[in-house]
Amino acid sequence: MKLGYPKNGKFGEFGGRFIPETLVPAVEELEQAYLKFKDNKDFRQELDYYLKEYAGRPTPLYFAKNLTESIGGAKIYLKREDLLHGGAHKINNTLGQGLLAKRMNKKRIIAETGAGQHGVATAMACASLGLQSEVYMGYKDTQRQKLNVFRMKLLGSIVHPVKDGTQTLKDAINEAIRDWITNVKTTYYLLGSAVGPHPYPVMVRDFQSVIGNEILSQMKDLEKKSPDSVIACVGGGSNAIGTFYPLIDENTLMFGVEAGGEGINTEHHSATLVAGSKGILHGMLTYLLQDKYGQIRDTHSIAAGLDYPGVGPEHSYLKDAKRVKYDTVSDNDAIQAFLMLSKHEGIIPALESSHAVAYAIKQAKNMSKSETIVVTLSGRGDKDVEVVEKYLMENAKNSR
Amino acid sequence: MPRIQDKLSEMKSKNQKALIAYAMAGYPSESGTISMVRGLVQGGADIIELGLPFSDPLADGPVIQNASFLALQKGMNLDKFVNLVKKIRKEADIPLVLMTYANLLYSRGYDKFISTVKKAGIDGIILPDMSIEEAEGYLEIVHKNNMDAIFLISPNTSEDRIKKISGMSSGFMYLVSIYGTTGAQQKFQQYTLDAIRNAKKTLGGKMPLGVGFGVNNADQAKLILQTGADAIIVASAFLRLIEKTPQAKIQSKIASFAKNLKKATISE
Repeated sequence: MKLGYPKNGKFGEFGGRFIPETLVPAVEELEQAYLKFKDNKDFRQELDYYLKEYAGRPTPLYFAKNLTESIGGAKIYLKREDLLHGGAHKINNTLGQGLLAKRMNKKRIIAETGAGQHGVATAMACASLGLQSEVYMGYKDTQRQKLNVFRMKLLGSIVHPVKDGTQTLKDAINEAIRDWITNVKTTYYLLGSAVGPHPYPVMVRDFQSVIGNEILSQMKDLEKKSPDSVIACVGGGSNAIGTFYPLIDENTLMFGVEAGGEGINTEHHSATLVAGSKGILHGMLTYLLQDKYGQIRDTHSIAAGLDYPGVGPEHSYLKDAKRVKYDTVSDNDAIQAFLMLSKHEGIIPALESSHAVAYAIKQAKNMSKSETIVVTLSGRGDKDVEVVEKYLMENAKNSR
Repeated sequence: MPRIQDKLSEMKSKNQKALIAYAMAGYPSESGTISMVRGLVQGGADIIELGLPFSDPLADGPVIQNASFLALQKGMNLDKFVNLVKKIRKEADIPLVLMTYANLLYSRGYDKFISTVKKAGIDGIILPDMSIEEAEGYLEIVHKNNMDAIFLISPNTSEDRIKKISGMSSGFMYLVSIYGTTGAQQKFQQYTLDAIRNAKKTLGGKMPLGVGFGVNNADQAKLILQTGADAIIVASAFLRLIEKTPQAKIQSKIASFAKNLKKATISE
């Protein structure tokens, strides 16, 4: 079932390259460069150096003893991507693509960001590798993630707030693509999720697969077997595909958790795989949230990083192939998991990752104590404390 | 016989060049679109491109983005688009090309969508995000309906690729004049003129060459046509013109601008 480097960038019927003609030479150049360097010894060595010495890999696989005991079911392990430099898994990909951009002699880097984590990781990678970066971010997201906007500026990046459309991640991607069309010869587009035209989904997956590879070897040390289940949150799906891909041929159940928002029967969610239909957006064929005319729908999640109406095409493939089960967790359940992990383990998870934690709590109850669950904790929650505080205050008001 | 090819080969035989002009369905309103089309016909446009708005128009600049947003807010959709085209067809036999994005066709089903717009009176389709590598299923249905699929090329498209793309296109070839989105307001640089000459040479007279994106006035139109293009394609400039125009004046304002551009195509 592992698709390796898929021909024509197709994962079954999904993926591909639906792009303006101006970008065709650019993605072809990128694909050539990626194929040339992905297994190149110097490239791998340099990337491994930065992942270890700069980003802090490998990350621990931490046994969440207190959480496990309070639930009384399967053993829950946390893959601590939140401990990486910058506070999220995004740096795995930005270092990889940054080093690739350097080898392609592209000095100007553009990126999109939702919650700001990819923007920050891009700004960090670019600062350390000597590249210029500019980040597109939906205006609404700049308002709810002010801390990350300031961090990007400190790191030397220019932040462009995007006031079109829904003013969130999808509009930031639109605007980054427009910039790329305009500056195609000089600019490298550093996409942050496993989405977009081929070769981005496969390239981002490969750079993020370090997560699943480490899980596999750490679990063999700790438990002498691969995990019984792995759980990761899915927005665009980069931490999830990096977790799942190396484990596809293992005897492991896999769960991708989407943002259920206020419920998938309302209009306020981002559950693309659970509630969406097939379509074309941002250069790829994949599941989308769209109306009956094919217009992309507004999405909602309390976690800005999950607030996206599309999803990586390989996830669409894994859904239809029934290798991964995709399910949802609501805003409220994510908040409860955020609070629970903070209290029980002294770890404040990102709201995105809190969706995966909530799902693990639910699953663990129905599993035996000898079984194991690995949850990818894709980021830390410092950026979210204001949002959570506001949510709790409003809820207290409403229940009064 | 296909209207687009008829029109362009008739013009070629008379040694004339064409004005292809754009209107966005539902912008500034449904009746505003009708006024706009009347103005374009009256002003001498040879082919009309009719935009069907998409929520995420990533090849478009601010003017068409804004028009798309407003048209969608006012409820433009495929059903209303079909009615609009039927109304236009009642009063004009001008070739009509639909310009939109791939998802609106794909999500409805290529077969259903394309046969629906064909029945309403659309002659050809332009999809800026449909690359030839992905076009097999789409092309099959377009041809089954005896319509033209118009693909785009760009200044950085290689000669080999231009040949490949033109082999899959019919009607005319659409050259994007600049590195940028629609409606850019800048002076054309040397690379644009080189791209026109190169495309013209590569096509070898087998297919008419239309040039669009950033054509704003008669002087630019003249320059492009003198360099070898067979048609100019003007979109954002028409929309910009009516951004603040009351409904009653749309037709005359559009007609006079179209007339001005049309003059550029025959003044040689």
